[in-house]
Amino acid sequence: MKKPAPTLALGPVLYLWDGPKWRDFYFRIADEAPVSHVTVGETVCSKRLHFTEPYIADVIERLQTAGKTVRVVSLAIVTLERESQYVRSLIRDSGHIVEANDLSALRLLNGRPHAVGPLVNVYNVAAARVLAARGATSICLPPELPMRSVAQIVAGVPEVAFEVFSFGRVPLAISARCAHARSKGHTKDNCQFVCSEDPDGLSVDTLEHRPFLALNGVQTVSHTCQALVGELSDLALCGVSRFVLSPQDCDMVAVSRVYDDVLKHHIDVEDAMSRLHQIYPGVPLSNGFHHGQVGAAWIAHTKSVSLGAEI
Amino acid sequence: MKLPPLLAAPFAVIPLPVINRATRLMLFRVLKQHPGLFDRLGEHLGKRYGFVPTDLPLTFVVEPARPMITVSRKPGTPHADAIVEGPFFLLLALLEGRGDADALFFSRDLAVTGDMESIMSLRNALDDCSVDLPRDLSVAAGPLRPLFKRAAGWIRDRALSGESVWN
Amino acid sequence: MELICPAGTPASFREAVDAGADVVYCGFRDETNARNFPGLNFTRKELEQSIAYAQSKGTQTYVALNTFMRAGDEIVWYEAVDDAVRLGADAVIVADFGLMAYVAEYHPRQRLHVSVQASASNVDAINFLVDAFGAKRVVLPRILTIPDIARIARQITCEIEVFVFGGLCVMAEGRCSLSSYATGKSPNMNGVCSPASHVRYRQDGNDLVSELGDYTINRFPDGEAAGYPTLCKGRFEVAGQYGYAFEDPVSLDVMDHIDGLREAGVCALKIEGRQRGKAYVAEVVSTLRRTLSADSRSRPALIHRLKLLSEGQQTTSGAYEKRWR
Repeated sequence: MKKPAPTLALGPVLYLWDGPKWRDFYFRIADEAPVSHVTVGETVCSKRLHFTEPYIADVIERLQTAGKTVRVVSLAIVTLERESQYVRSLIRDSGHIVEANDLSALRLLNGRPHAVGPLVNVYNVAAARVLAARGATSICLPPELPMRSVAQIVAGVPEVAFEVFSFGRVPLAISARCAHARSKGHTKDNCQFVCSEDPDGLSVDTLEHRPFLALNGVQTVSHTCQALVGELSDLALCGVSRFVLSPQDCDMVAVSRVYDDVLKHHIDVEDAMSRLHQIYPGVPLSNGFHHGQVGAAWIAHTKSVSLGAEI
Repeated sequence: MKLPPLLAAPFAVIPLPVINRATRLMLFRVLKQHPGLFDRLGEHLGKRYGFVPTDLPLTFVVEPARPMITVSRKPGTPHADAIVEGPFFLLLALLEGRGDADALFFSRDLAVTGDMESIMSLRNALDDCSVDLPRDLSVAAGPLRPLFKRAAGWIRDRALSGESVWN
Repeated sequence: MELICPAGTPASFREAVDAGADVVYCGFRDETNARNFPGLNFTRKELEQSIAYAQSKGTQTYVALNTFMRAGDEIVWYEAVDDAVRLGADAVIVADFGLMAYVAEYHPRQRLHVSVQASASNVDAINFLVDAFGAKRVVLPRILTIPDIARIARQITCEIEVFVFGGLCVMAEGRCSLSSYATGKSPNMNGVCSPASHVRYRQDGNDLVSELGDYTINRFPDGEAAGYPTLCKGRFEVAGQYGYAFEDPVSLDVMDHIDGLREAGVCALKIEGRQRGKAYVAEVVSTLRRTLSADSRSRPALIHRLKLLSEGQQTTSGAYEKRWR
């Protein structure tokens, strides 16, 4: 089965941005970004839902009018009854494709077409087949997955469109506890939404003042920005359908153009890297996960193991 | 809890070759009783393991692949891939699987430096063997036998009296 | 309620049985389980002998197969399931729903438990695994309060097991890549968190400094209780303040809440610690066994001494109490 040329997808904004900023971000994405798919909604913390709620209908309409395929995201962590009810209503009432990010959404979406987000543990063909049989049409693979596994899974389940987390700080962990609130002297239950003060995450540095991680509410993301650029051609070759760009507090339209230019061979990898450094300054880029190494690492020459031979 | 000086002091005066010979005899004796002792080391069989009792004037290096144990006098740190440091009786208790290395590490009674993976595999190897020093060494300590029997018995008394070695 | 006890070696296994475990759980000596530590775990032969010993004492054996299968090497996990079933495991504890599908298809009569690593934290998630794979029991993630557990219990058909003592993941289990971000090895893929191969301790003046991969993750002044070198219990600098950004080096102890857990509908209490020594296993299992049959007033005294064995020599109720959040 010949797959169409891969495209770009925009993942959900993981951070808490204020409503108008969030809306304007998506309006600009709708108007200017060369992405085919956009996932919107809150996945990190159910307490934040009301911030974007007043704007989401307008955002979806604008994106659809611009020809984007819109998906709405489910919560990554569901423990409270209120959260369960929210996921149920999202899936019951949404006219859009839902991107499942926990097992509860997978149950509720059984039998209807849906997307699976990067926070569902799909590490092998068997897991992907379970999801495909239940109606998953696309699966974004976990960011820590190495290329070898990506290639195996993509080849093993050809009916699913696979996505790879290609740009952005990597979501590494999620907790019942809110380290972000606690760092500012609050508990989760009385957090006063202090995570909104850090639209690109709050840096966690080592005792030697070395930036290491970043807090995003109950989520912990990497300090480095995963940037699969030189890897795109190998990933495309093995049949990956979409490259997911995860919004950071930088010019994401410019980021998407860099990736689009790489996919279309308008610029080389070196150009792309230097443009990314300019667009998102001060944040080191990483690609170690892809190469089965330390996730924070940058593996310099990305002419990767001759995957062509394996496929 | 330190080794009583009455037990520790003689080691400062006994000639090193005598200590080495006795210690090796003991290692071989234990290995004879527990031929599978080092099975769990796997890829770490060839490592050198250093032991530094804080309350003895000696250091020990165990090389499971040969197998060999070498005793040196302090000061001077043993040339080893990984070094465990702590009171002598705790080191022996770990050898017998009567203490929990993690708990002793949390309480800072034990300090570990170097290759952590090899030291963990040695810990797990020892933990799975039921080394019983008074029993296993009853014939092996040569001229040091009375000393070692007393030390081992001293540990054993505490272990069996319900006073855990980590308290 | 059943007491589910850890064993990392056959010696620990015997200690757990002798100390009064209802069930001992363990894993094979490879990457198919989440305690894939050097020198730990069971060969097929050791598991066979251990199961025989357990059976002779009326104790059950669960086999943890709770990592996520590596694409292309699924056979390693499939064979581990086949062998666990053949050797007589009373249940297999599985995290990967790809592997659950295998158990359901090829060993439909084998009792399947959902590992804590599966992160089934709510009614719909649990029912997914019950309906799709016939799971008989779920080990709940350590992110729920006791009232949450009670509410969930009323709406599901499978049994509930919870961790009550031992190591505490601060992050939702099975959904944490902190370790692989710093070392390349993760619980999900390799069965290790902050692997020993990447840990270094060094003395800096009076401080014990712990490093994981290229990162300094803690500094213990002389005499201060230490913890495991895991990232979620490291000291960091956040917004100009130094300290434990996620959690102190503590471990879990909710034995004070066992009546509440029983009333909530929990049927099994699990002790973490397959990586611990047999002395620890014997001490903790026998103490908790006594605690379970003691009245609630005399429990704290029984449990108190176990604190000394715990990470950081401190314990917490974790997410079981809402204020932890």
